[in-house]
Amino acid sequence: MFNRILAAGLMLTASVTSAFAATEVTWWHAMGGELGAKLEEIVAGYNASQSAYHVTPVYKGSYAETMTAAIAAFRAGEQPDIVQVYEVGTGTMMAAKGAIYPVYQLMADTKTEFDPSAFLPAVVGYYTDTEGHMLSMPFNSSTPILYYNKDVFEKAGLDPEMAPKTWEDVEAFSDKIMESGAAKCGFTTGWISWIQLENFSAWHNLPIGTLENGFGGLGAELTVNGPVQARHWDNLKKWQDAGVFSYGGPAGGADAPPKFYAQECAMYMNSSASRAGVIANAKDFEVGYGMLPYYADVDGAPQNSIIGGATLWVLQGKPAEEYKGVADFFHYLSSAEVQADWHQFSGYLPITKAAYELGQSQGYYAANPGSDVAIKQITLNAPTPNSKGLRFGNYVQVRDVIDEEFQNLLNGSKTSQEALDTLVVRGNDLIRDFQAANQ
Amino acid sequence: MQTKRTVFGSPVLPYLLVLPQVAITVIFFLWPAGQAVQQSFMREDPFGLKSTFVWFANYQKLFADPMYLHSLQVTAVFAISVTVVSIGSALVFAVAADRMVKSAQAYTTMLVWPYAVAPAVAGVMWWFMFNPTIGIMSYIMRGLGYDWDHSLNPTDAMILVVVAASWKQISYNFLFFLAGLQSIPSSLNEAAAIDNAGPMKRFFTITLPLLSPTTFFLAVVNIVYAMFDTFAVIHSTTQGGPSQATNTLVYKVFQDGFIGLKIGPSAAQSVVLMIIVIALTVVQFRWVERHVEY
Repeated sequence: MFNRILAAGLMLTASVTSAFAATEVTWWHAMGGELGAKLEEIVAGYNASQSAYHVTPVYKGSYAETMTAAIAAFRAGEQPDIVQVYEVGTGTMMAAKGAIYPVYQLMADTKTEFDPSAFLPAVVGYYTDTEGHMLSMPFNSSTPILYYNKDVFEKAGLDPEMAPKTWEDVEAFSDKIMESGAAKCGFTTGWISWIQLENFSAWHNLPIGTLENGFGGLGAELTVNGPVQARHWDNLKKWQDAGVFSYGGPAGGADAPPKFYAQECAMYMNSSASRAGVIANAKDFEVGYGMLPYYADVDGAPQNSIIGGATLWVLQGKPAEEYKGVADFFHYLSSAEVQADWHQFSGYLPITKAAYELGQSQGYYAANPGSDVAIKQITLNAPTPNSKGLRFGNYVQVRDVIDEEFQNLLNGSKTSQEALDTLVVRGNDLIRDFQAANQ
Repeated sequence: MQTKRTVFGSPVLPYLLVLPQVAITVIFFLWPAGQAVQQSFMREDPFGLKSTFVWFANYQKLFADPMYLHSLQVTAVFAISVTVVSIGSALVFAVAADRMVKSAQAYTTMLVWPYAVAPAVAGVMWWFMFNPTIGIMSYIMRGLGYDWDHSLNPTDAMILVVVAASWKQISYNFLFFLAGLQSIPSSLNEAAAIDNAGPMKRFFTITLPLLSPTTFFLAVVNIVYAMFDTFAVIHSTTQGGPSQATNTLVYKVFQDGFIGLKIGPSAAQSVVLMIIVIALTVVQFRWVERHVEY
């Protein structure tokens, strides 16, 4: 209601100030804080660049809240033109064929210049259907990387310029750090589900699920209970008990960043988009960057990591005029200048090759060491069916199941194999529910 | 005996007078409740594009789901703990404040304050104090040799939500007990004292039995509070974790329906909750209202 009044008010002012009433395009997003301010700056730049359309960004809360709000609005016929949806909601959005307006189709219908091959394959592959059609517009994609405290490394007698490469390194470095008293704990991590299971599997070129990680259809099943994953979770439990690893909590792991910022833990794995936060908070020490660790004896590791973050989905049921505005806005949004600016500000990946090249020619990566770790890691090898992403129904809830079973592992009620086996059974059950509701 | 019957001149007027109340009940209760019942028999995708009538499949699945049965158990433990803790401590405070001659007013005011704190704020405050990384309470407990971690240990998590939920409710219970205590004639206590009954004896044989209607009333109110009004506390402390150890029925409806977007199963859960509320209301009206003397 409030949003409608707000939108109406904005439309009124827009029609008063300009001779032509600009077509109003609404964008619901989930970017709070500094990222939200930057997003509004980008939109303001677009609105100033032309007068035919006026984009209104509306902050709707967390990713889950934004998606729920958009779905509820769709059911009530009050949906926005554009909604930002996180990657785990991709399965749900894709299955809602009558509710979404695929981006490739939008661009073709409005005859807007659009080249899917300009985008990074690792990013765009996640949001492309089996026929190679791009369904949503990539906006903020990130991938997990490793941050480490160079000062602590030096105090422990390690080379501060050398990030750990393998999990064996992580363990050995941690032991040295803890023995020397340079820090209390070796490492912590955000996002157990995304980093220590999904990306872990992709990074070791192991399938997360059948049917190409779910890209092949709704009938996919999880397969993350293999021996390598079990070994890794076993190690995490062992390291947690020994104090080498310190658990940062479920979902994003809210307790993990303070442990790294307070120099309690020497290493920290989290999204590349955490970079701005890390730099802002690491006041008393120097930060080093590295790729995710891998087990050296696993064949095919390291492969490439997979992305997280969100894309922009267009919803059905709006006048054609507004869709022209959406297409025009997307065209602006994917330009190299806008993308490079957004990427350099936030730590999200540059979505297009042109944006990455622009950053190179500006000398951005040379001036900011570590800012290109994420893109190097995601493009390390050509993605295999195991490492191009994942797509399962009800995945928001499957993520919760992963957290719960990991907690069962850490509090000693299950072994790693038991936890992963239960996780697969419970996860498959949720995926079957989704299949039943969507077939 | 006086008759309370009023005679209306027009046959329309009485209906007109109850219309606002009926309208509110229909719009804010019957309509949404009816929708919930309807949706609980459907299987639907989040956008409402495809819906299939599935009879009782959602209910069957619900009661076969070990996680739901676990949530029932969690809710029972949580509701009973909150009731016992908040009623027990409120009684102690009320008895203590009742004895004060001059400072009773000051204590009463201070003990009522927590009731003014919004549940979400109360939750965040307790979460802060018990936070394993930055909390003062967990720091003290580590000093005493207990490794507090409500993000992993199910018992710690349950204790945290029980404490956070009870804290607020103590104020409410305290007021009722204080009023109850003040309505007990002091002659009863004085007579018992003359007969050589000690303070403990007097408390258990005179005060407590005379307070029993109040206690029974509060027990029902507190159970209802713990079951349905503690969403904000749980949302701001544990979010139902670790591993669903504090996932009460109400929180599960939210998680499955609003986060997981499974509308049918979530609607079925809310219908079950509705039946529980109706049962508790019947208990309150049939037994409590009859036995409580105001």
